[in-house]
Amino acid sequence: MNVLAAFENGAVLLLLPPLLPGIIGKTKAVFGGRKGPPFLQSYHDILKLVGKGAVYSRTTTAMFRLGPVLSLAALMVAGALVPLAHDSPTSFPGDALLFAYLLGLARFATMAAALDAGSSFEGMGASREAAFSSLAEPALVLALAALFRATGGLSLNRMFGGAQWSVSGAGLVLIGGGLFLVLLSENSRIPFDDPATHLELTMIHEVMTLDHGGPDLAFILYGSSLKLLLWSSLLVRLLVPLPPGALGWAVWTGGVAALAAAVGVVESSMARLKMTRVPQVLVLAVCAAAFAVMLALK
Amino acid sequence: MEQTAQFLLVGTLFLSLALLGTASLSGCVGLVALQGYLLALLPLFIHREGLTARALLIAAGMAGLKGWLVPRVLLHAIREVRIRREVEPLVGYIPSLLIGGAITVVAFVLAGRLPIPPGLRSGLLVPVSLATMMMGLLLTVSRLKALTQVLGYLVFENGIFLFGLLVSRDMPWLLEMGVLLDVFVAVFVMGIVIQQISREFDSIHTDRLTQLKE
Repeated sequence: MNVLAAFENGAVLLLLPPLLPGIIGKTKAVFGGRKGPPFLQSYHDILKLVGKGAVYSRTTTAMFRLGPVLSLAALMVAGALVPLAHDSPTSFPGDALLFAYLLGLARFATMAAALDAGSSFEGMGASREAAFSSLAEPALVLALAALFRATGGLSLNRMFGGAQWSVSGAGLVLIGGGLFLVLLSENSRIPFDDPATHLELTMIHEVMTLDHGGPDLAFILYGSSLKLLLWSSLLVRLLVPLPPGALGWAVWTGGVAALAAAVGVVESSMARLKMTRVPQVLVLAVCAAAFAVMLALK
Repeated sequence: MEQTAQFLLVGTLFLSLALLGTASLSGCVGLVALQGYLLALLPLFIHREGLTARALLIAAGMAGLKGWLVPRVLLHAIREVRIRREVEPLVGYIPSLLIGGAITVVAFVLAGRLPIPPGLRSGLLVPVSLATMMMGLLLTVSRLKALTQVLGYLVFENGIFLFGLLVSRDMPWLLEMGVLLDVFVAVFVMGIVIQQISREFDSIHTDRLTQLKE
């Protein structure tokens, strides 16, 4: 049974992620009155890129080639820790912190590769990514602290082990709201970053990957959709009580898809924030998480 | 019921926090109006006896005054003096948010040491009321526009209203009337003052009032 659950989790982690950008894109297209690319567009993009060759500038070093690989590897290890519809089979007490650090490692690899390319725009993107993620991280850690206090568990399985609306509804709303802001920021979505922009001066995440092509870019695209899936899974497990068995998978998939659609709605209904406003919103997320800690301590 | 009261209180505190980080003046007024509506719902859920005619009356008064009338007056003032946002607060938005967070911690610690009267549904009432009061005070002293200072004063009054809910059973009428009337008068006076300042000085920056003028 345990082996089967592990197999299911692994298959979902490998196959499902590129669907999420498809759902977001479709939602945005519907809001814009367009037909939009098909749901499976990201799969086609990734397959196409994997088949291509890569071009490397002579000014780059090994770090540039290592970046996308290391980043994807860190995200996949993080994926092994995150519970999906089933609990994660490789969970242990304290893996919540390892999860945060693995995300940090993935980010570091991307930023180091961007700096290695030697482009001033990419350096700027790396600097912004570092600044904003350093503000998003306290929100995540404080939310984890509140969940630890509320559930008594140190592993992601226990912390995100089904919603307890009857016990701590207000706290759940605060943690959920804070983590949703962190999800938007970590995955470079509007209002923090615009994944559709093509102006280097205003990009954050996209600008760091401008010099990557072919399989490297495929790794980056797949990695970012995987990251979105991991965050969505945590939020769904936090807010929705999951029934066991196949029904759990159905509810979980529906929740993750609904969350992707919600991200699409946010992107369609508001513009991105001014760069100087981004830290304010992230600090608000930190305050929400801190408040949740206080509610849990009471 | 217990859950609803808790949601309302958390919402109230969160709106105060959001207010500390909002630059647009009409956005600030909207947040204060929303806070007024949340507070109006609170008397219906907080006491164990449930729905009474008196709770309904307080709720209606709160919603009418703080949710509807006062924001209308303030929005009118904004239109009259044609200002959009707070330009340079004495304390920046992120520092005020962080101070707001610290205030919340202090309020929770302080409230832990105060005795809470029996019959209340939510132990959050005291800390939220203390935090709201202090954040209102922070808004009042750290912003330069007269309008934001009025908003800070309103938030401060909201905190006092929350505290008043604690004793509203034992002190009928006096407290609610006092609070509501107080605010109304304050907004009225401030509205006139803002108009005057704006007419005389072409600006509602209060720090310009230190300069003498012929």
